[in-house]
Amino acid sequence: MTATLTDLLQLARSLHDDLDLTQVSKWKAAKPGRKAVGHMPIYVPRELIHAAGMLPVGVVGGGDRLEIIRGDAYFQSYICRIPRSTIELALSGRLDVLDGMLFPSICDVIRNLSGMWRMLFPDRYVHYVDVPQNFDPAVGGQFWRRELETMRDDFARLSGHPVDDEDLRASIAVYNDNRAALRDLYRERSRRPWVFPLSEVYLLLRAGNVLPPEEHTQMLRAYLRQAPLDSSRREQDQSRVVLVGMFCEQPPHGLVVTLERAGCSAVDDDLLLGLRWLTRDVAVDGDPLSNLVDAYLTASASTASRYSPDGDRARWLLDSVKRNSAEGVVFCAPSFCDPALLDQPMLVAALDRAGIPHTEFKYAEDTGQFAVIREQAGTFSDSIRLWSTP
Amino acid sequence: MSDIQKEPSMLLQKRLLADHFDALARAPEEGKKVVYTFVPGNLNELVRSFDLLPVLPEINALQSGMRKLSGGYIAEAEKHGHSEDVCTYVKCDIGMLRKGNIGPTGKRLPKPDLLLLSYTGCFTFMKWFELLREEYDCPVAMLHVPYQADGRIDPHQRDYVVQQLRSEVIPKLEQVSGKKFDEERLRSMLRLSAKAEDDLVWVLESARNVPSPIDAYFGGVYYIGPIFSAFRGTPEGIEYYATLRREIEERVAKREGPITPDGQLENERYRLVVEGPPNWTSFREFWHMFYEEDAVVVASTYTKVGGLYDTGFRHDPDHPLETLADYCLGCYTNLGLPARVALLERYIRDYKADGLLINSVKSCNSFSVGQLLMLRELEQRTGVPGAFIESDLVDPRYFSAANIKNRIESYLQMLDQKRQSKVAS
Ligand code: SF4
Ligand code: SF4
Repeated sequence: MTATLTDLLQLARSLHDDLDLTQVSKWKAAKPGRKAVGHMPIYVPRELIHAAGMLPVGVVGGGDRLEIIRGDAYFQSYICRIPRSTIELALSGRLDVLDGMLFPSICDVIRNLSGMWRMLFPDRYVHYVDVPQNFDPAVGGQFWRRELETMRDDFARLSGHPVDDEDLRASIAVYNDNRAALRDLYRERSRRPWVFPLSEVYLLLRAGNVLPPEEHTQMLRAYLRQAPLDSSRREQDQSRVVLVGMFCEQPPHGLVVTLERAGCSAVDDDLLLGLRWLTRDVAVDGDPLSNLVDAYLTASASTASRYSPDGDRARWLLDSVKRNSAEGVVFCAPSFCDPALLDQPMLVAALDRAGIPHTEFKYAEDTGQFAVIREQAGTFSDSIRLWSTP
Repeated sequence: MSDIQKEPSMLLQKRLLADHFDALARAPEEGKKVVYTFVPGNLNELVRSFDLLPVLPEINALQSGMRKLSGGYIAEAEKHGHSEDVCTYVKCDIGMLRKGNIGPTGKRLPKPDLLLLSYTGCFTFMKWFELLREEYDCPVAMLHVPYQADGRIDPHQRDYVVQQLRSEVIPKLEQVSGKKFDEERLRSMLRLSAKAEDDLVWVLESARNVPSPIDAYFGGVYYIGPIFSAFRGTPEGIEYYATLRREIEERVAKREGPITPDGQLENERYRLVVEGPPNWTSFREFWHMFYEEDAVVVASTYTKVGGLYDTGFRHDPDHPLETLADYCLGCYTNLGLPARVALLERYIRDYKADGLLINSVKSCNSFSVGQLLMLRELEQRTGVPGAFIESDLVDPRYFSAANIKNRIESYLQMLDQKRQSKVAS
């Protein structure tokens, strides 16, 4: 039975809204002994969790539907929202379904949150994923391999399922499929953003946080097939923009909708990079850990959290603008997000040098008022269209 | 204010710093090469072994804060698109650069010949030097120091740092200086480091005395100055710490309290442990709030950001690169939160503290995230009540003197009441 487009989108929406991770509970309940491991956004080798027979679960805070009761008592007002809503989720029992939690080296907030987790939940598995900032295979590569080995052994212990090379190869293949589907989605969206609007693409990406990768790939493929069949999707006079800064704390869905209504069609973005941080397939043959290491060193997405040894912070952005024929860049970073906001002046300077229009604003995951953003994005979109009119 | 009291070691430090900034100002005409680098995880001995001169932007920022220049520098950076939300050290530095890069002694700082990016304990360092890289046409050496999430150094972490020293840092230092790496010279400098470190630890631990002869936070920031910056591994550093130690030995013998800018603290009433960096824009005013109440800080974590020596680490000349790796890995903000809590717990007990104060600075996520939980945990473990205040490092907009003073006064009153009720029972 094939799901209709409406069904698909409804499912994605319900997964997005499901703060209790019931999908994860269901998955676990389907087979006794199943385990799930949560991880904060970006740079986590999900293949290793999968190879141990566990479900990788992306945790991106509580968005705009979670009332923060306890979380605020743990964080000063000048710290972004995602750690406080994540702590709230945990303290309210909503993350009890997770058997472990990974904190990748995104920034000092997530780093320290890993220590808070250890203190608050001493009985749960917690691991800080220290991603190398050195890209020499003999140095950073070796370090990353060691980190991967540590995690592989930890996950084998946690799941009671030893992870051999065959398991890992199979998981790499599963994630290659998922990455390919995501790449196809991004490519198609860039060609016809009116067929694949951001407000939908975002929900489909979010589904990847909680669905097993095989199911997520199917969902993406179904969407790619079905969205073009909807004849009501017509080309609109919208400006083509790249969105930058949303790689960690996620925007509320309402913000994404607001951007669209303001006339901005996203043709590229850095939302949920955790699903897409390796930009090409990982080799399946040969030593799987070496292949994962090589993929990180040579093909991981550039973000504010990753050092760029070549000294060219903005190249990926300029490339994206060009590749996607974007007319402008919208910087939308979470308030108090050091990596995104420290990166921004460098990216802005590069865009100015290249004569690419841009606008900037900040959000929080629980932003509820979009009037100002709508106004700003609308003016920006209008101005781009004005300029680009021959 | 001409009647500020100063310790002789402070005058010596002032001279050392002035000489260093003079040398930096003369560097371009003398053909000396300059390396910009950060305090935590700094490789001073290695840099100096190539006859390169270090510039530490954080020190410039804090000095700008103390000289009331930081507000203007930050405004300048924000005018150029730097967010109000991010670390003010970075903005102060960028603003200073845009205004001519005049250093703390009024002389222009030379441009870097190398940016030595030691990524220790703080993610912002990386962004900071990426930003500076845009301003200067010079190479960058990146040293990624892994995090001690488990509160211990794994051998593979040490190996990773040593490999980077060999393959990334030393070749770039050689390239910039035009000199070959001289391991013997490095060893002899590390020997000097260890000697000064012994004296520093003695000084910091003198605060176990009652009354304490030092203030380990406000005074402490002066005591760590030379060793956290350009003078670790130098004869000047040795001289400074020997002088300081003699000074404090005398005070211990006479059972005297710390010297503060407003005079000697003679009647120690409260012994506090402080977590978090100080505020620099109102540093004296902040210190005065403690002085007025006869409160002495007996241990602080800020004085461990550039090296945690009082848990036993010393630079080891017999293993020069490994010891540099351990040093980088061991800086305070590179420790996981449970290890930070354990250290503070030890301080509260070992230094017989009456209280724990956290100064949470807006700029620094590396320090600040988790401090509220740390406070709660430490209160539970030690029974010592804690207090929490908020300010910033060098942004004067975030130092509310009246609020902070109120908070400190009421906290100390509460400690008093607690003490009295203990006596009564
Ligand atoms: S939103 Fe930014 S500052 Fe906050 S946790 Fe994520 S990366 Fe760190
Ligand atoms: S965030 Fe903290 S440690 Fe990092 S540069 Fe700023 S003040 Fe220093």
